[in-house]
Amino acid sequence: MINTKSLRADFPILSRKVHGKRLVYLDNAATTQKPMQVIQAVKSYYESHNSNVHRAVHKLSDEATEAYDEAHEKTASFISAGSYEEIVFTKNATEAINVVANDFSRKLKKGDEIVLTQMEHHSNLVPWFNAAKMTGAKIKYAEIDGNGELKMQQLRKIITKKTRLVAVTHASNVLGTINPVKEIAEIAHDKGALAMVDAAQSVPNMPVDVKKIGCDFLAFSAHKMLGPTGLGVLYGREELLENTEPLVFGGDMIKEVTFENASWNDLPWKFEAGTPNVAGAAGFSAAMDYLIKLGMGNVRKHELQLAKHAMKRLSEIRGVEIYGPQAEKRTGVISFNMKDVHPHDVSSILDSEGIAVRGGHHCAMPLMRLLGIQGSVRASFYVYNTMEEIDALIDALNKVKKIMKV
Amino acid sequence: MELAEDMYKEELLEHYKKPQNYGKIRNCDAKYHDFNPVCGDEIEVYIKIRNGSVKDIKFTGKGCAISQAAASIATESVKGKKVEEVKGISNESMLQLLPIKVSNLRVKCALLALKAIQKAIIKYEGTKLQ
Ligand SMILES: Cc1ncc(COP(=O)(O)O)c(C=O)c1O
Repeated sequence: MINTKSLRADFPILSRKVHGKRLVYLDNAATTQKPMQVIQAVKSYYESHNSNVHRAVHKLSDEATEAYDEAHEKTASFISAGSYEEIVFTKNATEAINVVANDFSRKLKKGDEIVLTQMEHHSNLVPWFNAAKMTGAKIKYAEIDGNGELKMQQLRKIITKKTRLVAVTHASNVLGTINPVKEIAEIAHDKGALAMVDAAQSVPNMPVDVKKIGCDFLAFSAHKMLGPTGLGVLYGREELLENTEPLVFGGDMIKEVTFENASWNDLPWKFEAGTPNVAGAAGFSAAMDYLIKLGMGNVRKHELQLAKHAMKRLSEIRGVEIYGPQAEKRTGVISFNMKDVHPHDVSSILDSEGIAVRGGHHCAMPLMRLLGIQGSVRASFYVYNTMEEIDALIDALNKVKKIMKV
Repeated sequence: MELAEDMYKEELLEHYKKPQNYGKIRNCDAKYHDFNPVCGDEIEVYIKIRNGSVKDIKFTGKGCAISQAAASIATESVKGKKVEEVKGISNESMLQLLPIKVSNLRVKCALLALKAIQKAIIKYEGTKLQ
C-alpha cells in the first residue's frame, strides 16, 4: 500500500498555499506534480552532463547520450515492449498519435475505414479527421452506453474488412472508464485492421503491458506520470515502425544524405529529428524509477480506494450527478455536475478554497454534447492524494451550494 | 484573492438567475453568436438599430454565472446608446459595471457579452457597406 504521509514529503509543491489555504491538487488527469527525485534529475543533468546527443565523442556527449538512450530502454521495460527500438520519444502523446495518423494519411484509400470511439480526447480525434480528409477514408464511432462504457456488440459490428485501424482510448479522461483494449485489439486483428491505444490516462495509473494488450501502437505523455513536460512516447511494433514514415525531417533522423536524397536512421531515431528533450528524458527516467518503486499495482489500488470514497461521498450531496461507470471500472477520474451551477463557477469557488479541479469540456467536446452537457467538473487523483483531501473537496462543494444558493 | 463570497454577491446572482433582456428579437438588424472554448460559455446577441442607436437588444446563452450576469448587465447598459459609443466601450468600463471584482481567470467570461455586442455591430456595419 502507498504511504501518502511519507510520499507527500517528496513533492515540494504540495506544501505550498493557494489563496492562503493548503493546496489540494485534484487535477492530475491534466498533469501530475513532480517529486524531488524528478526535479533533481533534470537539475543534475543540466549541472553535470548537459551536452548534445548522438553526435560528438567527448565525455559529456557520451554521458548525455547514455542517459537519453537509457530512458528509452527503461520505457520499453516499463510497458513491456520488446526493445528500445519500439520506443519513440515525441513532444507529447498528441504528437505520438500524429506520427501514426500522418503515416495513415499517406496510405489510406477511399473506402477505407477508421474506427474511433465516442469518448476520445480531441488528440485522438482531430489527427484522424485530417487523415480521413486527405484520403477520403471514413470514420466510424463505437458508441457508449448510459454507464459510459463501450457498447461492445455495436463495436464488433462496425469493425469490418474495410477497417484499417481502430484507435481507442485505454481510459477516458472524462468518464474514467477503462476500456477492454485487449479484446478490442483482437477484434481489430481478426478483421485485418491495426489497433492503436491512447494510453495517456492508463500508463500513469495502472500496470500496462503492450504485449498482453497486443496493440500495434500506443501513446502516452511523461507529464501525466510524475515526469517533465515536453516528452511523450509512441510505442509501435518494430516491423510496423520500420514501415512508418517519419513526421518530422532533419538532423539525427538520417543515415546518409546526398544533395538529392536521404536514407532514414535506425529505429527509433528516424522519428526523432533534431536535438531531442534530453533533460526531459533524464527526468522521465527518474519518474519511472519512482513509480516502479511504488509498484503500478499499488498505484492502481490507491486510486481505486480514493475513487470509491469520492463516489460515495459525492453521491451523498443532493443535486450532484456523476458521469461514468462504478469505481471498479474506472481510473481515479470523476466527472460530475452540480445542479443549477455551471462547472466553471464550481471550480472557481473550489479554487478559492485551495482546491484545484478542472471545469470545462476536457478536450472532449463531442462526448460533452453526447452527454447533453456543456462541461463538467473533474476531480482526478494520483499517488499523493488522500482521503482527507476528498473530504475537503466535499466540504468545499457544500460551500458552493451555499454561495450559489442552490 | 477575493473570497468566493465576494465574487458571487447577491446582486450578481440576481442577474444570473433572473437576467434582463433574455430572449430573441425576431427581425433584428445585428446578430452575433460567440463562445468561450475554454469553459464553454455561450452567448448570442440580437440588436435592433434605429438612427444609429441601439433601439432594442436581447440575448440568449448558457454558461457560468459571471458570463450570464455580465450579459444581462451589458445589454441593459447599451440600450438606447449610439452604436459608435457602444463600439468604444472599453474592457475596463465593462468590468466596472459589474457589482463584483472578477479575478483574472474570469475576465474572459465577464467580457464575452460586450465582445459579442461589439462584433454584432461591426458585422452589421460591414454588411451595410457591401
Ligand atoms: C485521453 C488523453 N489522450 C491524449 C491526451 C493528450 O496528451 P498531451 O496533451 O500530453 O499530448 C490527453 C491529455 O489530456 C488525454 O487525457
